[in-house]
Amino acid sequence: MTALHQLSAHELLARQDAAEVTAREIVDDHLARIAATDSDVGAFLRVTADQARAHADDIDRRRAAGEPVGALAGVPLALKDILATRGVPTTCASRMLEGYEPPYDATVVELLREADAVVVGKTNLDEFAMGSSCENSAFWPTRNPWDLSRVPGGSSGGSAAAVAAQHAPLGIGTDTGGSIRQPATLTGTVGVKPTYGRVSRFGLIAFASSLDQVGPFARSVPDAALLLSAIARPDPRDSTSIRKPLDDPQAQLDVGAAGLRVGVVREFMEGEGLDPQVREACQQAVDRLTDLGAEVVDVSLPHAPYGLPAYYLINPSEASSNLARYDGVRYGLRVDGPTTEAMMAATRDAGFGAEVKRRIMIGTFALSAGYFDAYYAQAQRVRTLIARDFEAAFAGCDVLVGPTAPTTAFPLGDKTDDPLAMYLNDVYAVPASLAGTPALSLPVGTDAGGLPIGLQLMGPLLGEATLLRAARALEVDLGLDLTPRGAQAVGATG
Amino acid sequence: MALSEQQVRHVARLARLALSDEEVAAFRTQLAEILDYAEQVGEVATQDVPPMTHPARPANVLRDDEPVDGLAPDEALAPAPAAEDGRFRVPRIVGDESAAGPAPADDGAWTSTGEERP
Repeated sequence: MTALHQLSAHELLARQDAAEVTAREIVDDHLARIAATDSDVGAFLRVTADQARAHADDIDRRRAAGEPVGALAGVPLALKDILATRGVPTTCASRMLEGYEPPYDATVVELLREADAVVVGKTNLDEFAMGSSCENSAFWPTRNPWDLSRVPGGSSGGSAAAVAAQHAPLGIGTDTGGSIRQPATLTGTVGVKPTYGRVSRFGLIAFASSLDQVGPFARSVPDAALLLSAIARPDPRDSTSIRKPLDDPQAQLDVGAAGLRVGVVREFMEGEGLDPQVREACQQAVDRLTDLGAEVVDVSLPHAPYGLPAYYLINPSEASSNLARYDGVRYGLRVDGPTTEAMMAATRDAGFGAEVKRRIMIGTFALSAGYFDAYYAQAQRVRTLIARDFEAAFAGCDVLVGPTAPTTAFPLGDKTDDPLAMYLNDVYAVPASLAGTPALSLPVGTDAGGLPIGLQLMGPLLGEATLLRAARALEVDLGLDLTPRGAQAVGATG
Repeated sequence: MALSEQQVRHVARLARLALSDEEVAAFRTQLAEILDYAEQVGEVATQDVPPMTHPARPANVLRDDEPVDGLAPDEALAPAPAAEDGRFRVPRIVGDESAAGPAPADDGAWTSTGEERP
């Protein structure tokens, strides 16, 4: 018999509609799954079991009374611990914010509650979302449900692992330069970075403000589309929020790939350091798109190879500015000192981990007098050229494709001593972040070791619906089983 | 690019990070490597290319000027490490500067906008 935690969000909704199961039963089953397996995975920094059960009971009561319930009623959801939740610790996986309870909810959290998604816990991440392996968490590393000796990717590794391990069918992540797409690839999940501004950043703890975007994880494209629909809303509290509503992705989801013009990004497929098995799986997926009736063409993003260098100036510069707020005054850690300045410097040295300090240092340097123009301003001009590359490519294509990440999941500890090697994980994810365009990662196969491989699909600004349609066509055609399996997988012995 | 220990300490001071000697030594190497990589942006011809600060359309976002409820003072102060009389409490800001290490006036590396960069 299929356990409730194996079902999709759509199936859980349908079964509740048919009165075959209650929200409380669904939530209890997922909490039991978490209790049984999360000691191995470490996806959750905090499981909010009591709140989740109370919310589920309230949903069941309303259903029974004929009162309205939300579009995600009774569906468990894993929330990245970078979104402010009123009265619930919100740490960014940092000692700096250990024990911090925000006095307000992020807009995304309000929308999730309105939709009656049941938050079962807050998930681990690289500290302040800086990293690609979830090993930069100040608390513990999260492990990949497909192979517990490997990383789940990052920074949203906790949400990705929670969805892959069937702790919840839905997860919320944030993507600044690949932090949803890269862990989606490494955990065999679907991860969507929407257009910049599509989802409100209010209450999202800021990292690099011109890049940060919230988005969904799921085990299927329709579930990801469902969650995106629930959180993509204009928000007066975020001045970068897009006012144009999202085209209903569900409406177009099953139209198929026929007639789509798909551009294969040459610079990604021929990229240095691309694992041949990843290239092969992506090429096979592209061939399937041709068979499904898409017109596949070769496309160039000539400035894309400069994306990662530009990103590692822009991102740390914005981060160094944003993280100036952690000064031991208004919230979070304080280490005492004789003066305010000494207190601030001691607090920041004790509260931040190595990668956070590294980014603050790079950013402060890149913004400092004498270096600003050669570093930060030049990176912003390169950013313009990358955005123009995308614009030119989308003049002739509906969707662009390439690998999401250069490799499959790597062993814990493999890249922790080499920051630059870690950064290279996001070499294919960063260009779309810089351009602000939507992109997603779809599982399209596994390598010889059974580890998942993801194809990245990129769309034009506001083009989420077409992107999801193309991904859905491919997903149906491939028909992959995305349950972690193998000797090293979560629950392998049970 | 090579970074001197003095440069790393200067940047750490600007960023209000009281780094240990070990951290300074590690960052000298790591920051130099990362900056060497990032310097590739200098290979791109960008004459007449405007900088892109943001993917959002540059336009003013206006709303009606209507009062809305904000955080109550006690809610805003609740997460603070120290508060007193409805205010955030911090250690002394001015006064005995010898306790804070080198005073700004004595430190040529202090200002972020001046010419005293080491």
